[in-house]
Amino acid sequence: MCVDCGCGKPPGIPEPHETATISLFQNLHQQNQDLAAHNREHFRSSGTLVLNLMSSPGAGKTALLEATLRTLQKNHRCAVLEGDLETELDAQRIRALDIPVVQITTGSTCHLDAQLVHKALHSMNLAEIDILFIENVGNLVCPASFDLGQHLDIVLLSVTEGDDKPAKYPVMFRTADLLVISKLDLLPYVGDFRIDRAENFLRDLASSAPIISLSARSGLGLDEWLAWVHAQKAKSSVDGAMAVENGGTG
Amino acid sequence: MHELSLCRSLLHQTLEVAARHRAVAVTALRLQIGPLSGVEPELLKTAFPLAAAGTIAESAVLNLTATCIEVYCKSCNTRCQATPSRLCCATCGSCSTQLVSGDELMLESVELTLDQPSAIQCP
Ligand SMILES: Nc1nc2c(ncn2[C@@H]2O[C@H](COP(=O)(O)OP(=O)(O)OP(=O)(O)O)[C@@H](O)[C@H]2O)c(=O)[nH]1
Ligand SMILES: [Mg+2]
Ligand SMILES: [Zn+2]
Ligand SMILES: [Zn+2]
Ligand SMILES: [Zn+2]
Repeated sequence: MCVDCGCGKPPGIPEPHETATISLFQNLHQQNQDLAAHNREHFRSSGTLVLNLMSSPGAGKTALLEATLRTLQKNHRCAVLEGDLETELDAQRIRALDIPVVQITTGSTCHLDAQLVHKALHSMNLAEIDILFIENVGNLVCPASFDLGQHLDIVLLSVTEGDDKPAKYPVMFRTADLLVISKLDLLPYVGDFRIDRAENFLRDLASSAPIISLSARSGLGLDEWLAWVHAQKAKSSVDGAMAVENGGTG
Repeated sequence: MHELSLCRSLLHQTLEVAARHRAVAVTALRLQIGPLSGVEPELLKTAFPLAAAGTIAESAVLNLTATCIEVYCKSCNTRCQATPSRLCCATCGSCSTQLVSGDELMLESVELTLDQPSAIQCP
């Protein structure tokens, strides 16, 4: 049988055959997913935990990194991959802290993809990085659809954006492993942002992700964030060791 | 919007199949798109001719099927339909559900015009 073309005719019998419908059932993101798997293999072999930060433009991704990288650096060797449409500005802010950083400028593309990340990986020494933060392009839509090979997704929602964003951007929020409510110091000025309402909208997406409210400016909630990152790193190291053990016996 | 870059991978996959079958034209593509795929079907339809211009797929018709969102409820063991912003169980109200369908972005089939009868290659 000709399995490829679905014409139902045995192979090798030439017959007038004008059109054919070929069944494929292929994921359109397959190419990206294959590359993401390749990236994940790099991360596994170097023992690097990779956290992908996503949010709308200006929700405070870089500010959160700036406020906590130095503290994290005391226990873990950190590095940052910065994704932006244009400019090196975010990379410069991280570099000012003496943290290794690579800037990816995507030009007209509104999200990072596995290929862009892969290219950047080969310009850093992963073996010397315990935790790699990827700051995705500020955008609540596309970045959610492109697997980069990261282990966990962190979505930031600043209080000035409104507490209904999880309901309006379900594709982004439903798969978040952590929701960070940022710019908590501005909460009194905004007035109508309710953390419990943001949480309800998130739970409606069948998400059980933890929520951490913080302010990179005032420092409120940063300890909880740091504890979460430490815990993920500890967990990934245990998982990694187990995977090595299992691989050794199997 | 990344519909144009998505169209490029759609085109890439399509032309690969077409080449394997030595097709002279691609006449139609059938896709399944879920409301949680992050893709706007209308934008995809608009972007495809731009991506496909000058290729044998340039006049292909895009047939898009929108799939439904369906969740499986772990609390009451049922499957039911849901909406993008509320993925909880319609029967018991529990939000410990799993997405069964609704996020697909799938090239289901392509329709080709073949050159010669003998052009069909079966491995
Ligand atoms: N008041 C207050 N302002 C903040 C806080 N975090 C960030 N900002 C301000 O918000 C603006 C944007 O912050 P960034 O850290 O650049 O945001 P971003 O998400 O990295 O932005 P993009 O990379 O462009 O998407 C800056 O003016 C920050 O100073 C915060 O916790 N409190
Ligand atoms: Mg930034
Ligand atoms: Zn995009
Ligand atoms: Zn590689
Ligand atoms: Zn139920």
